[in-house]
Amino acid sequence: MRMSKYTEDDLKKELETKEYEYGFYTDIESDTFPIGLNEEIVKAISLKKEEPEWMTEWRLEAFRYWQEMVEPDWANVHYEKPNFQNISYYSAPNKKPKYDSLDEVDPELLDTFKRLGISLDEQKKLAGVAVDIVMDSVSVATTFKKTLAEKGIIFCSISEAIKEHPELVKKYLGTVVPQRDNFYAALNSAVFSDGSFCYIPKGVRCPMELSTYFRINQAGTGQFERTLVIADEGSYVSYLEGCTAPSRDENQLHAAVVELIALDDAEIKYSTVQNWYPGNKNGKGGVFNFVTKRGLCEKRAKISWTQVETGSAVTWKYPSCILKGDNSIGEFYSIAVTNNFQQADTGTKMIHIGKNTRSTIISKGISAGKSQNSYRGLVKIMPNADNARNFSQCDSLLMGNSCGAHTFPYIEVKNKTAQIEHEATTSKIGEDQIFYCNQRGIDTEKAIALIVNGFSKEVLNKLPMEFAVEAQKLLEISLEGSVG
Amino acid sequence: MSFKDKLLSSYIALEDYLEFDSPLHDVRNNAIKIFEEEGFPTKKDEAWKYTSLNSLLKPNYSIYSNKERNVELQNVRKYFLHEIDTYKLVFVDGVYNSFLSETTHDTLDVCLMSSALNKSKYKPVIEAYFNKVAKSDSLTALNTAFTKEGAYIHIPAHKEVEKPIEIINFSTGNEAAMFLQPRNLIVVGENAHVQIIERHQSLSSNEVLTNSVTEIFAEKRAYVDYYKIQNDAETASLIDNTYISQERDTVCRVHTFAFGGKLVRNNLNFYQKGEHCDSTLKGITILEGKQHVDHNTLVHHIAPNCESHQDYKGLFAESSVGVFNGKIIVEKDAQKTDAFQQNNNILIDDKATINAKPQLEIFADDVKCSHGCTIGQFDEDALFYLRSRGIGLKEARALLMYAFANTVLESVKIPELKVRINKLIANKIGVSLGFQL
Repeated sequence: MRMSKYTEDDLKKELETKEYEYGFYTDIESDTFPIGLNEEIVKAISLKKEEPEWMTEWRLEAFRYWQEMVEPDWANVHYEKPNFQNISYYSAPNKKPKYDSLDEVDPELLDTFKRLGISLDEQKKLAGVAVDIVMDSVSVATTFKKTLAEKGIIFCSISEAIKEHPELVKKYLGTVVPQRDNFYAALNSAVFSDGSFCYIPKGVRCPMELSTYFRINQAGTGQFERTLVIADEGSYVSYLEGCTAPSRDENQLHAAVVELIALDDAEIKYSTVQNWYPGNKNGKGGVFNFVTKRGLCEKRAKISWTQVETGSAVTWKYPSCILKGDNSIGEFYSIAVTNNFQQADTGTKMIHIGKNTRSTIISKGISAGKSQNSYRGLVKIMPNADNARNFSQCDSLLMGNSCGAHTFPYIEVKNKTAQIEHEATTSKIGEDQIFYCNQRGIDTEKAIALIVNGFSKEVLNKLPMEFAVEAQKLLEISLEGSVG
Repeated sequence: MSFKDKLLSSYIALEDYLEFDSPLHDVRNNAIKIFEEEGFPTKKDEAWKYTSLNSLLKPNYSIYSNKERNVELQNVRKYFLHEIDTYKLVFVDGVYNSFLSETTHDTLDVCLMSSALNKSKYKPVIEAYFNKVAKSDSLTALNTAFTKEGAYIHIPAHKEVEKPIEIINFSTGNEAAMFLQPRNLIVVGENAHVQIIERHQSLSSNEVLTNSVTEIFAEKRAYVDYYKIQNDAETASLIDNTYISQERDTVCRVHTFAFGGKLVRNNLNFYQKGEHCDSTLKGITILEGKQHVDHNTLVHHIAPNCESHQDYKGLFAESSVGVFNGKIIVEKDAQKTDAFQQNNNILIDDKATINAKPQLEIFADDVKCSHGCTIGQFDEDALFYLRSRGIGLKEARALLMYAFANTVLESVKIPELKVRINKLIANKIGVSLGFQL
């Protein structure tokens, strides 16, 4: 029987030779800026994007803050710091498409998306997903715009929003993640090339999942996208974000900023499946993913972050909630998978400011190969946050003895009515669990997939249907044959 | 002149006074260099994020006491565990007090660090153990550089010490502000058993800052049971650095009862160097006023098949601040480790603060590691249940507090000490219960 001969070594070999499935490069002529960063480049980006003057000023202000800042090094990750003067800060596909239907889109580009497994047509027909695709930072195709427009929902690229809805952008941009928030946020504020903008008017329930697919294509470019989602009073939106990058030997930089604003009674559900190129099995190449994501909850609002992190060589990401309004709710569900030489330092911050605020943190870390996986979280209860409630659970699964799992939870409580629970466990896949599956005719590899799925179920369940299937597949791919 | 500069210049004076052929000469010099480079830790250091030493460094501390001070036994008798016979090592303002102490050289050594450093017969032990497990962080280094006095306890192999050993540091307040740096070395031989109680007590309301370092070495199959009682005056601050090195099959238990003091920082470090070690770290913290207690624990699992258990309970009233920073590191080779850490806190008043950071760093896959941390209030239902049965609010709360702390208290192995701590807790929460728990 094949199964009985299938040893841990076989599995390891199979895993090591497993190539990055999305590692192809689309040959589309792009318009790329010379490398390096200075005020001129920032101005040029702004000019290229035909931005109003206030935006140019805003960028320059961020750039000046950034020059004074130093790259943070407190995270539990080790990498060669990128040379910020060695990156091209703008890259856009040359044939700038403005299409109403997909037929007009460059067929090569469409093929790219097909290979990614996100056939636009199919999603259009079956899933009812409106996709705003960002390839190397410029929004290429926006679908379902009309349906959304009928409801008064604005879903467009941020550059479009700056031109067409300056009042909204001006009012909210940088309110949750200020320009000087941190090193990468400042960098992003100065040079962001594109991203998505979404506004849901009062009382509107967005009828479909909004989705953006990010992809880094050009060599030597950094991806700096900026997302701003505003849910007006009593509205609801579910937003999906997926990311992939072709495989490259050098490290690519990704420094995004996502700002969510949930006004009174609004609800935002933000899901991410991140599958940037993790580098090859020797740890060469891969994407540096330094992302600032933060949401602000007004009264009775709710923000829910769900993330599946399987890619990137280095991940530095803490989607957070500021629970400012009374009775607001923050949630964070995360699965972080690291394999080979990947390093992830991810988690969340829940800042309880309002009364009766609640937050839930469920984090599942899976480390295999020689990877390091850290959970870093902060739960802070301010003196006025009466009756705040938090529940945190961080589970780690280790596969093999060359990887590491770490937890760094910070809990700061300044109110006596707070109720905080935090628990963390670390374990491995039990031999008896595998044996049980084997005994019932499930081979070892399938058994692992099954157990990992069970381990991650709490988080997978939170993903929208279409994403859950994809995420499940991703988990299997990333961990194929990691243990015996 | 800043306190740091003052320490550095008094070191130069100390160096002149010490003989140059002392084996510690290089150790001291290296240590003072570390302190000179790093200085006192600040809030920018991750390990000191929640505790600031700034206010403690302002007073003009005396670094040496001028002469031997006497304290009357009757005045301090209550600080001893006088119900039972014990060995005692008593230091007054950092100077050994022979009148209050009860030492021995009969089969085991319970004596002074100063004599161990100076007498040649102890030289092999000092060379083998002194400063071998202590970390070289700036505060420990500062203590190392100024090593002068403290407890020296050496239990030979297979010796079961028949009575507990008490180490008590008094400060009399004869100096306006006193800086003390006791240095203890405890070597527990193969298969030997020992129980030790450590206490710091200020006898006046003058400022005292103690920077204590204790090194404990447990040889194969040794059993060490250590109790720290911190119920000092509100002007006394303590930085306690304890390092425990465990060889195979050892059991080491440290209980910390933090009820007093202005600022207390406990750096408790366990290193499991052999297989089948068992480490227990437990603590009860009950604070009020503006007290600040920071428990910083480290359990470093280096060898396989070891266990560690941590259980810290905290009750915080008024504007007190509690910090718990517990770190468990499981090295790659430490397979089959079973590490457990629990930290439960209750905030009693509005202005009280708790900062917790339970940390796991795991590099081995076949391990069982978990930690739990809760912050909450008394269970209203339980309170109602007690009150409906005619127990007053205060007593009912006290009962719940006892129940809350009991998981720590019940593992105290010296019955008289348990009674003593019970009384301290009752005193602290201001009730007298008509029965003993």
